[in-house]
Order: sequence, then C-alpha cells, then structure tokens
Amino acid sequence: MGGMGKAAVAAAALLLAAWPVGGWAQGHSGLVVGMQLEPPHLDPTAGAAGAIDEVTYANLFEPLTRIDAAGAVVPGLAERWTVSDDGLTYTFTLRPGARFHDGSVCDSADVKFSLDRARGPQSVNAQKAYFAAIDTVETPDPRTVVVRLSRPDGLFLFHMGQGDAVIVAQETADTNKQKPIGTGPFKLDRWAAGDRVELVRNPDYDGPKPALERVTFRFISDPAAQVAALLSGDVDTFPQFGTYEALDQFRKDPRFAVLDGTSEGETLLVINNARKPFDDVRVRRAIGHAIDRTTLIDGAMFGTAKPIGSHFPPHRPEYVDLTGLSAYAPAKARALLAEAGYKDGFDAVLRLPPPIYARRSGELIAAMLAEVGIRLRIENVEWAAWLERTFKGRDFDLTLVAHTEPLDIGIYARPDYYFNYRSDRFNATEDELSRTLDPARRVALLQQEQRIVAEDAVNGFLFQLPVVTVQKAGVTGMWPNRPLQANDVTGVSWK
Amino acid sequence: MIHYLGRRLLGFAVSAWVAALAVFVVLDVVPGDPALLILGTEAQPDTLAALRAQMGLDRPAAERFVRWSGGLLRGDFGTSHTYNRPVASLVAERLAVTLPLALLALALAVAVGVPLGVWAAARRGGIADGMVRGFGRLGVAVPNFWIAMLLIWVFSVALGWLPAGGFPGWQAGTGPALAALILPAVALAVPEAAILVRLTRAAVLDTLREDYVRTATAKGVGRRVVLRRHVLPNALIPITTLVGLQFGFLVAGVVVVENVCTLPGLGRLLTQAIGQRDVTVVQGVVLLLAVLVMAVSALVDALHAVLDPRPRRAA
Repeated sequence: MGGMGKAAVAAAALLLAAWPVGGWAQGHSGLVVGMQLEPPHLDPTAGAAGAIDEVTYANLFEPLTRIDAAGAVVPGLAERWTVSDDGLTYTFTLRPGARFHDGSVCDSADVKFSLDRARGPQSVNAQKAYFAAIDTVETPDPRTVVVRLSRPDGLFLFHMGQGDAVIVAQETADTNKQKPIGTGPFKLDRWAAGDRVELVRNPDYDGPKPALERVTFRFISDPAAQVAALLSGDVDTFPQFGTYEALDQFRKDPRFAVLDGTSEGETLLVINNARKPFDDVRVRRAIGHAIDRTTLIDGAMFGTAKPIGSHFPPHRPEYVDLTGLSAYAPAKARALLAEAGYKDGFDAVLRLPPPIYARRSGELIAAMLAEVGIRLRIENVEWAAWLERTFKGRDFDLTLVAHTEPLDIGIYARPDYYFNYRSDRFNATEDELSRTLDPARRVALLQQEQRIVAEDAVNGFLFQLPVVTVQKAGVTGMWPNRPLQANDVTGVSWK
Repeated sequence: MIHYLGRRLLGFAVSAWVAALAVFVVLDVVPGDPALLILGTEAQPDTLAALRAQMGLDRPAAERFVRWSGGLLRGDFGTSHTYNRPVASLVAERLAVTLPLALLALALAVAVGVPLGVWAAARRGGIADGMVRGFGRLGVAVPNFWIAMLLIWVFSVALGWLPAGGFPGWQAGTGPALAALILPAVALAVPEAAILVRLTRAAVLDTLREDYVRTATAKGVGRRVVLRRHVLPNALIPITTLVGLQFGFLVAGVVVVENVCTLPGLGRLLTQAIGQRDVTVVQGVVLLLAVLVMAVSALVDALHAVLDPRPRRAA
C-alpha cells in the first residue's frame, strides 16, 4: 500500500470517528423509543394494531377520559363528568382551551361526531362494541356533552378512555391515517415509513407542557438489532422489550435500567371446549394439572412472568389467586384422563401464532402434556391464518395466545366466542355485573367470575404476559406497567 | 432492431404480469382475511363488512385482478390497504433504499472480487493464491446476515462509529444515509465478492491456457500486457454474466439483511405485505422485481455485444 492509500485510510478513519452518531452523547430534550412493530397508519379509530395506539395514544390523540399509568380512569379531553343515579346519563365538560393541531377548536360537536362515527353503520372501529350502549349524544353547549345509554354499562368510562375512542375532527377524520390531527401535547413532525415516526411538542397545547421537545419512535423487529440499538445508545428506551435472553446483560450494566412490569395479557392455552375430548371437564382439568407453570415461566419467559390460575391480571385489586385449583400434579392428571376414558391418552394439534412467547411456551407445554399421555403435534401459523382459521373459523383443538384486552373476562359469556364455552352460571354473573355500579358488589362479582372459569378449567391458565422496559438509566416517567397498549410519553423526562 | 426491441419489451411485460397473476392466485388461496387482520379479534360482522366494502374485497377475485390489471395500463398500481397509500409511491420510497444498497454492494463486490481473482490466477499456487482461495471458500459459506450482525457489533456497539441499523432517509442528507447503508452493503458484498473471486480466477486460468496467450507470450509481450490485453477481455464475458445474475439476487435477496439492519427496503416491505395479506403491494413489488431482473439480463446481453466483437464482425 502506497502513501496515498495510507492517507486515504487515515482520512476515512478520522471521518468515521468524527461522525455524529453519538447515541450516548445525546441532548436531554429528545427521546428515542424503540418499538417492535411499525403501525400500518396513525388513526387509532380505524384498526386493532397495538402499534397505532403505542405511537398515538395520549401523545397525539386524546379521548374524553384517559387511562393513567395505574390503569385508573382520569380526566382527558373532559376535565370532569357526572353520572346520573340510574347510570344511564353521562354529562362531560370539555377542557375550555382544547384545540386540534390544525388550530381549530375542539368542542362538543367534535365529540358527538367521533362517537356517532364509531357506532354508526359505516364504522370500521375495531372496538365498536365499546359504543354499543350509547343511545344518544347531545350537545347543549360547545363545552358540554350529554351521552345517554340504553342500558347501564359499568365499563363505559373505562372504554371511553381507550385509543379506539379518541376524539377527532370531522374535517380531518378521513386523513388521520397519514396526517394525524389530534388534540394531544405532541404533533406529527415526520414519518419515515419503515423506519421511524417523529413527534414534536405542540406549543399550543392547553394542558401541562411535556418535558420532551421531540419524541422519535423507531421500529426494530429483529431481536439482535433491538439489543444492538440499545447497546449502541441509538435507542433511549425500549418498552415491551421481547428479547428476554438478553435481559440479564442489561440488568448488570449500570448504564441501563430494567423496569419489570405487567400487562393486561392473560396468556392461555386455549382449549376448544366444543370438541372431543375437550368437552369433558375432566380432560381440561387434567391439562391444567399437567402444566408446570414454574418451569414454563423459567424456560419460556426467563422467569419474568407471574403465574395465573384464572382469566385475571394479578396486579388488579379484584384478583384472586386460583393457581392452586390447577396446581402441577401429573399423577392427578393421569388419573383424571383415565376417569374420562383416556387411559392411554390421545392425539391433538396445538396451533401456535408467531409471537415468541407462544412458540416457546407451546413447545414446553407439548413436552409436559406428553408426560401424561397427551401427544401434541405443533403447527406454527402466521397471524392472518390464525385469525381466519382458529379465531374466526373455530377450527382447532388447542392454541396458545395472550388476551391483551383490558378487563376482558366478559368474553366467557359470549356464546359464539372461539373457545366455545357455555355456562349459565357465568352468564348470570356477567349479566348482573353489567348492570351493577356499586364498587363493592362489582369486586365480588368479578371474583366470582374468576372462580367459575377456573373451576370449569375452560382454558389452561398460564401466566400474565410481562412487560419489560429496557432503557438508559437517565430516563424517568415511562410506564412500567401496561394497563392499555400505549407509550404515553407526556410525563417522561431525563434525570 | 426496433422489431427486436419491441418483441423483447412485450415479453417483459407479459412475464411480469404472469408473475403478478401467480402472486394473486396464491394469496387468494391461502387462509387469511385482510379485513379481519386490520380489525382484530374484537371485530364485529358489520364493521368487517363495511371495511371489506371500503377495500373492494366484496367483489369477486377475478374482477379484482382484472381491475388491477386495467389500472396498470393507466400507470395505476393500486392502493395498499394496510398503509392506505398508493403502491407506486410506497414502492418508490423503498426502492430508494434497496436499489442504492444493491448497487453499492455490487460495486464493492466487483471492486474487490475481480482484481483479487485476477491477482490470484496470475500467482497460481502461491501463498497469495491460497489466501484468496481461502477467502473464496469462507465468503461463500458465511451467510450475509451473520456478517451484518458481526459488523454491527464491531462498528456500532463496540466502536460506536456507525448507527446500529435504521435509515434516516435521503432527506436527512447523503452522509447520514450512506452511513446507514455502508455496513449492510459490506455484509451483502462479502459473499458475492467470494463468488466473483472464484469465478474470475477460474476464468482467467482458463484463458491463460489459450493458444493466443501462449503465442503472445512467445512473441515477447510482457506479462502485465498479456493479462490486460488478451486475458482479461476474454475472461470478462463469464464475469459480466455472473455480475448480472448477482444483481438480481441482491435486489431480491436483501430481505434478511434489511431485517437485521432495520432498513426500510423492498424486502421488508414485501415480507410485511405478505404477512398483512396486502395483495396489491405484493403484486407491485413482484412486478418491479421481475422487470428489474429482466432489465439487468438485457443489459448484460448488450454488454456482451460490446465486449465480444465476433458477432458484430460476422453481421
């Protein structure tokens, strides 16, 4: 190599060394948030993809009420509200200074438009059922909205705080997918499709100003790339970090903080209750006793998850620990199977959707069930096929998935739900719950429901899906738990 | 000549259209309802019906494909139902990542592979030859995504010189954009360079055995001149054929590297679109890939005509 060559290499090295990539040297008014999936668009009222809410909820768009970090209902666009004694009339008072990002005032007409659109015949809202109880929406003055229900709905305020219920303007409703115009403290600056969404602070926001001037959401699907992005300092915080095997490394590194949180996702071995031999409660109970949750959680989730014994998250006050009803007891499982007429076990298919928790748990469970004579063949499928054949077509024996909708134990009362469970006892409880507003009675009923589905061993109840956030040690204010699918960064700052 | 070109272009169009038809049929047969995928598990029958009507999925499959084909004639590639954007702009945006990446990788592969191959052939049996052949074997055996991960660990995590994946977009400036492309380009180039080294070495060795080379050498022509004037021009024909093929592989085969390096390129768009059952996007990308690969093979044919004077003299 001649002198020229050496000089060129030296120059290149200098150039590279001086390159301002410095993730670790960043200023403290911005935040880079890592996400596994990119949202297909940015309109939370027109799609179920969790990634949409993870960018937009509370940051770009606001609903009437809001769900806070603890899962409680707090004021959102409505600064206060009253509920009539019969639970049928809700009167919301809007924040006086609320404005959309295009400068227009957000008033009661926008609320009426948003609610009517979500429940109307042309609605493509993924959670249209949230609005089903609404009978009329009236707007006596620009700051007052009166919603009358046709029946009491104990979860109405909770549902009105979800991303699917955000308030949009009529003028921009059809273009929100690409150009979201909300009332939130941030507005969209730039969306580099496939790579990142950048938000900037909204200077005209009427509420408390967020500490961050700029928030960048980066979409990194590959597990190795997620780890590299954190270690190189490119990403400041990664909520819902899915590469559990790398957690130990981050826990030991003083540059990082690891937040162990919990989600609303009950992870279930879903059983088709209508199909032989699973229509026999003894077979379903046998499956429960054959599963060793401790080994499962250690093996599939690297010890980060909490076991569940029914369809309810352990972090909620109404939770009852029912794991004892399906404690690991392989001998008991074999006895139950023999009693049901399957002394030699049987064959079945376990269909697994793509998430890593499902694939890993499924393989361990197949091995555990084999111990008691249930021989499972594993079938890996993509989401599109899972939704069509398993969820909608109900053509399956067993599948494994986390049910992430908050407070969704009511699904056990649906006659056409995919696990085909029918129980008059449960339905009567759910019916009473939906009409009950008294908090103490609601708690009792919710606990009753947990007991019924656990006693009937409707599904294999495995664990609450954990939410692990890995971030730089200097970041504060990220939600450790996930009461709903959101990355509310309005309260995030740097130490 | 015009007749020939016309026939060839028509052939292009028909093959690309047939590829799109095959994609349409396959995606129509496999299970997976795009409307259900968008609305998720809590979707209700009436919202699903409303969305299907909005997406045009309530029309028969044959009608949908004919409509899409008709749109093509007007230059309309359809609209992506997941991204709610015209497919043409979506694909153009991704091509602006994948095409420079593939070209950069190919340029690196040629710049390294061809000279190394010639060098090794000229010193056949020596230590240099052994080392180059070792690189050839190793480079072919190591997958490009693994090289990409290795490069990221060295240059992004350990040294902190380059970003660990991601693409800021060309609007962020040529410098940052190129900085984002350089590691994946090197990762893609190594295996291709290895293949080129092996082929170049073999082609040069073959040519060195030709009578005219021996004659030239016997006439006292210097070694370098023989290599440059007699050997290389003849060896270039198989090399250009391979480079053309490699370009096709690079454009179509960047999927895994784009994932590892989080690059918003065509490969990622394609895999995501298949998962989302976004048929119009898949058709658009396949159409484009087919046209690109065919265009490159036509370019290689043209290059051969330039490099190889024999057919011209005969005509």
